[in-house]
Amino acid sequence: MPRVTVETVDHIARLARILLTEEERVIFARQLDDILAYAESIRALDLAQVEPMSHAGDVSPLREDVARESLARDAVLGAAPDPADGLFRVPRVLA
Amino acid sequence: MPSLIQLTACEIAAGVQRRTLSAVDVVSAHLERAAAVEPKVHAWRSLLTTRALERARQVDSAVRAGETLPLAGVPVAIKDVLHVEGAPTTCGSRVLEGYMPPYTATAVAQLERAGAIVLGKTNMDEFAMGSSTENSAYEPTLNPWDATRVPGGSSGGSAAAVAASMVPVALGTDTGGSIRQPAAFCGVVGLKPTYGRVSRYGLVAYASSLDQVGPMARDVEDVALLASLICGRDPRDATSAAVDVPDFRAQMNGDAAGLRVGVPWGFLDHGIDAGVLASFREALAVLEKAGLRLVEVALPHIEHAIATYYLVATAEASSNLARYDGVRYGVRASDAGDLLTMYGKTRDAGFGPEVKRRIILGTFVLSSGYYDAYYLAAQKVRTLIRRDFERAFESCDVIALPTTPSTAFRLGEKTADPLQMYLEDVFTVPANLAGIPGLSLPCGLVRDLPVGLQLLGRSFDETTLLRVGRVYQTRTDHHRARPAL
Repeated sequence: MPRVTVETVDHIARLARILLTEEERVIFARQLDDILAYAESIRALDLAQVEPMSHAGDVSPLREDVARESLARDAVLGAAPDPADGLFRVPRVLA
Repeated sequence: MPSLIQLTACEIAAGVQRRTLSAVDVVSAHLERAAAVEPKVHAWRSLLTTRALERARQVDSAVRAGETLPLAGVPVAIKDVLHVEGAPTTCGSRVLEGYMPPYTATAVAQLERAGAIVLGKTNMDEFAMGSSTENSAYEPTLNPWDATRVPGGSSGGSAAAVAASMVPVALGTDTGGSIRQPAAFCGVVGLKPTYGRVSRYGLVAYASSLDQVGPMARDVEDVALLASLICGRDPRDATSAAVDVPDFRAQMNGDAAGLRVGVPWGFLDHGIDAGVLASFREALAVLEKAGLRLVEVALPHIEHAIATYYLVATAEASSNLARYDGVRYGVRASDAGDLLTMYGKTRDAGFGPEVKRRIILGTFVLSSGYYDAYYLAAQKVRTLIRRDFERAFESCDVIALPTTPSTAFRLGEKTADPLQMYLEDVFTVPANLAGIPGLSLPCGLVRDLPVGLQLLGRSFDETTLLRVGRVYQTRTDHHRARPAL
């Protein structure tokens, strides 16, 4: 089993777009290690011939591809932290 | 006549329809009760007093005008993960502070269409991640039976509101036990319907292949009444099932004698509180006396259910919660420089520790190099668990288990060790993984704290669960026990 190090947590936090505090990095590394150690039990099972199950229902049915009314733009933008000119404004992306 | 807050939803609806009760009086009585006991329970995130009274007046007018409403004037509490237009949705999280949803969840809309009155939104573990409601970013909810103990979670506010008679019925959601476990801890009835039974439109997603909305109440009949109204196909949720919805309340009175109750004794031989196990055995004896037959069943893979659940659910959560990025809803970190820093700071400040832990774990199990070893393996074990249930249901009609291994634990008792908290869900997560329905109902008190009997059924066979639950309640008084508040 791979040991979860603080460096692993840093890498994963970057992927998840979360800035963690120093304390969180250390605690999470230890706790994830515990949780994954607990999960080792399933890796001992013989799963080679077993189909994965992604969903409890049957295959999702497709709907007709027709345009429908959606939520009003103003109502949606009204819930955003920084709407402007009918758009979501974000901090500068390009220097 | 009992006071208005002691009435069941069925009694309220019948009284308001006959105009022997007014919806305004019913709602006012429950708002007064809420004001009186909320300081001891902390069940609510928001009370919608003005909106509720306004709607109650509309229901009274509609009834006077001759309309028939199956939930006329019934006050209902809504877990704060389901949208109600005009009321904030927090999901128990700082990241959604101040967010006003622009629409109402389908399950809530169905109840309102039937004449129910939304009294308010209830407290919960942040994004439904937790088993104690201590992960609410706002405050923990207290168990109405003992204020030093948790109400369970994540639908702890809904369970506590029903137990404390602030509402007769509530909606919760159940991803790994979040309806059934708090129902057990608070001494109320809770149903997790089959996956796909209830539309998830307007339910803020945690783990989309597991999440399901369901009713909570003080007896099986009220749960059946609500279930018939919220179940059914919704074009706005592609995973909602086009399966006929029976009138559960009428169907639950059918004969239960001769039904076979499977008990997985092999899974119950360790880690269960002796008092809980004794209550469970007594409940089985009641069912046997009512003419049901007890058979032993084997579920060889459910010992792996917790591990499987925490790999699958966190993977889905890491994807679902990517949307909280400070752009489209809620709050944004104010001192952010560039876009990536803004994302990172918003998410660090907006999410509590359990949510971060699950996002990190879920991102890890989906990441390159670990996907096959963890996520894919867990999906395969999920198949094995579902097959276990399919095989067991060849020799029985329902499966009985305790809902939880122990009664409500103390506030703070399990917060330091997440794995210990996860193990609380040992008897509830298998149903979510398999997609089958589960019902928890009160089966006695141990040291003055409620115990839950859990019944699991075949997919889309909630009727049999409710029928067995009804038989149990006609022969026992455990569901009538109320906390002294």
